[in-house]
Formats: sequence, C-alpha cells, structure tokens
Amino acid sequence: MNIIGPDALVFGVDNVSDCEQYLKDYGLTGVGNGVFEALDGTSVIVLPKADSSLPPALESGSMLRKTIYGVKDQTTLDAIREELSSDREVKVLADGSLETHDDLGFYLGFQISIRKPLSLPGESINSPGAPAQRPFNVIGADPKSNPLPRTLSHVVYFVPDVDKAEAFYVERLGFSCTDRFTELGPFLRPAGSEDHHCLFLIKTPPFLQGCEHFTFHVGGPTELMQAGTRFVEKGYESFWGPGRHIFGSNWFWYFNSPFGCHIEYDADMDILDENWSAREAHIGADTTQLFLFQAKEKWFPSGPPPQKK
Amino acid sequence: MPDKAVNLCSLDQLADGASLGLDPFKEGRDTLFVVRQGETIRAYQNDCPHWPGSPMAWRKHEYLATDKKHIICYSHGARFDIESGLCLSGPCLGESLQALPIRISSDGTVYLLTDESAPEKSAP
Repeated sequence: MNIIGPDALVFGVDNVSDCEQYLKDYGLTGVGNGVFEALDGTSVIVLPKADSSLPPALESGSMLRKTIYGVKDQTTLDAIREELSSDREVKVLADGSLETHDDLGFYLGFQISIRKPLSLPGESINSPGAPAQRPFNVIGADPKSNPLPRTLSHVVYFVPDVDKAEAFYVERLGFSCTDRFTELGPFLRPAGSEDHHCLFLIKTPPFLQGCEHFTFHVGGPTELMQAGTRFVEKGYESFWGPGRHIFGSNWFWYFNSPFGCHIEYDADMDILDENWSAREAHIGADTTQLFLFQAKEKWFPSGPPPQKK
Repeated sequence: MPDKAVNLCSLDQLADGASLGLDPFKEGRDTLFVVRQGETIRAYQNDCPHWPGSPMAWRKHEYLATDKKHIICYSHGARFDIESGLCLSGPCLGESLQALPIRISSDGTVYLLTDESAPEKSAP
C-alpha cells in the first residue's frame, strides 16, 4: 500500500474562532472552508463539532474526527478500498476520496495525495572540519525570519488496545513499526514515506481515546526554536520542549491548544528505508529525549531587564 | 503561617467568568492563575495534578471552558470545579488543583499569602 502520510486532520471543535486564530498564529494559512494549510498543501480542517459533514465522534468526545491519508495513485486507493471493504463499510465521497474507520473507531480518509513538491533550502550550518554550508558573508541568525510549517508530519493517538490498533495499520494498510516503547506502543511508518513515523500509538484508558498531538515539520532546529518562540510571544502555553527526541531524532516543542490535544513543531526527523531494524526501549525521561529545555522570557546577562511599564 | 502578601491583581482586572495567568516571582512563565466566578475568587498553581509540571492554559489567561463554568487543563482535557479545584472528569478524576491562599483587601486588591517575597528584579 503506497500510503504517503497524513494529508489532513479534520477537527470538530467547540470554539471555531479560537481554533482558527490558533492555527494562523501557529503559521498555517487559511484558504477558506475551515482549511489551514502548510506550504505543501497538507492541512488542518476546523469545523463546528455539529457540522453534518463530519463522521461520528469517538465516545471519548475527542475533537479529532478524521485523519485523511494521502496515497500515491488511484491504484493504491482501489487496493485500500478492496482490502477494507471485506469487513467494514468504505464510502466513496463525492470528491473520490474514501471514508472508513480503523479497528478502534478512528475515522480515516484516503485520497490521492494533494502534497505539492517542495523545493526549499534546509538549515545550513558551519561546522569545523566539514565544508561550510553557508557561503562567506551569509548570516545564519535572522530576527526577521518567519518560519512556516512545511508539511504535516505525524499524528499521535491515545488507544485503549494498542495491539489491535497496531495490527490494523500493519496488517491491513502496510505500515511498519520503526521503534517501540514497551509500555506505550509503536512508531509506525507507511510504505510510501521515508519519515521515521507518521503515526505513534500510546496505550491509555478508554475514556482518553483520541488525539494526543499532531505536528508539522519546520525547516530545521533554528526554525523550530524561532517558530516556538514566536508562538510563546503570542501568548500560547508551552507544554514540553524545546528538546530533541531519541527515537526519530526529531526536535520537538509541544504546546497546549483548544483542540483537546497538544500541537507540536518538529524538525529534522530521521528518514529510514527497508534496512532499518526497529529498536525497543522502556519509557522514561532518559529514553524519550536527548535533552530538554524550557522557554523563558528573553533576558541578557548585563543587568536586569528593563522594568515593564 | 505565610507572613507575606504579594500583590497579584486588582478585582478590576478580573471580570466575572475570567481567569488570569500570573508570574509573581518572575520565573519567566505563569506559575499560578486566579479565577473569578461571581463572588468566588480562587488562586491555583498552574500545574495539572494529572502530570505534575503540566501547565494548563491554552493561551495566556485562558484556563476556563468555553462556557466559563469549569477550569480546563488544555493539556489532556481534565475538568475542574472552580470553587473547590476538584477534578470532575478526565485523567486525574478525584484529584485536586493546588489551591493557594489569597486575601482580598477592602480596595479590591487580590494578595497571595506566602512565605516568599516577590523579587524586585528578575535577574537570576
């Protein structure tokens, strides 16, 4: 199954205007009809929770109503329809996309991916002993830089039965486990993606079933720090980070949100191929992060900051 | 008994059904919040009992549900009674927010009763 990754996440929310403002401030671009896009066209879609176009909510009341995966082509879409039609209803919507659900009740969509190819520079650094990545006289720190989310990276589900959930994505949709936290669950990569994970499953009690977080990739560690700082300065509440995960190597910075889940910036995730062997570790502070910092108001070490007026 | 009173805010800044995140000890982030529901004024640590250390707002000053009837931790959705701080639903059901002692003066100033002094300057 050539599934590339999530194209869109659809939320049904209590307060549409708060959620829309949040996504704009996060760095996505509103293009109408509740759709907020990253640079490659992947998106978050915000609708009132009673909107009739939304599939049913989970019993837990999770605001995530549908995860729409992008696939390579119509052949893949037909194969998914055939595979899943054997034991559940698979609707074909007016736009040609499929709508169905996984074995735990999360609604899924599948569509020929809308991801636009990106051609953007990555973060370049100068490192002793290695060729300079920035030419002479090109600066690395630009206070005016306005980093934008590039592409929808991954979504994380709280699931009451992690084995059942993993089996569905692995056996029915061709995802593979790339690493695992023994007590929590697997990191999963679909066959059409190089990223370490686009889905991570966390074992939780049934009443918490839903979305733990989702994140978009930004261009690198500096973009992550700058985007996160911008978000803090707009008043949003940092939950965890900035730091760097070990599994996946991605830099992370998580924020609270009005979506009933955390929303993250991430950068510089490992890419994997078929030669990768999954690792397993017990969950803990030392296994989840290489390092962790906590943001605070900007300060400089030559005396107290100016008093607020 | 706490022997100091740190000025948190004025009641004029705290409308009915509102909450305020505050950093009285200049730690660089809001460590507590005050909330008002009618005549009830409470101050709590900005720290969800679900996972100690979790900040609760989704944006500065935003600690309440859309309908303003409960405190919500926007980390994992725990819902708390405003008056008692008791968790009514969510992952820390039955646990409570850590209430902080306050005093409201006759001129409508809300003071935190504490053993710590608020720093004059925030230099570490």
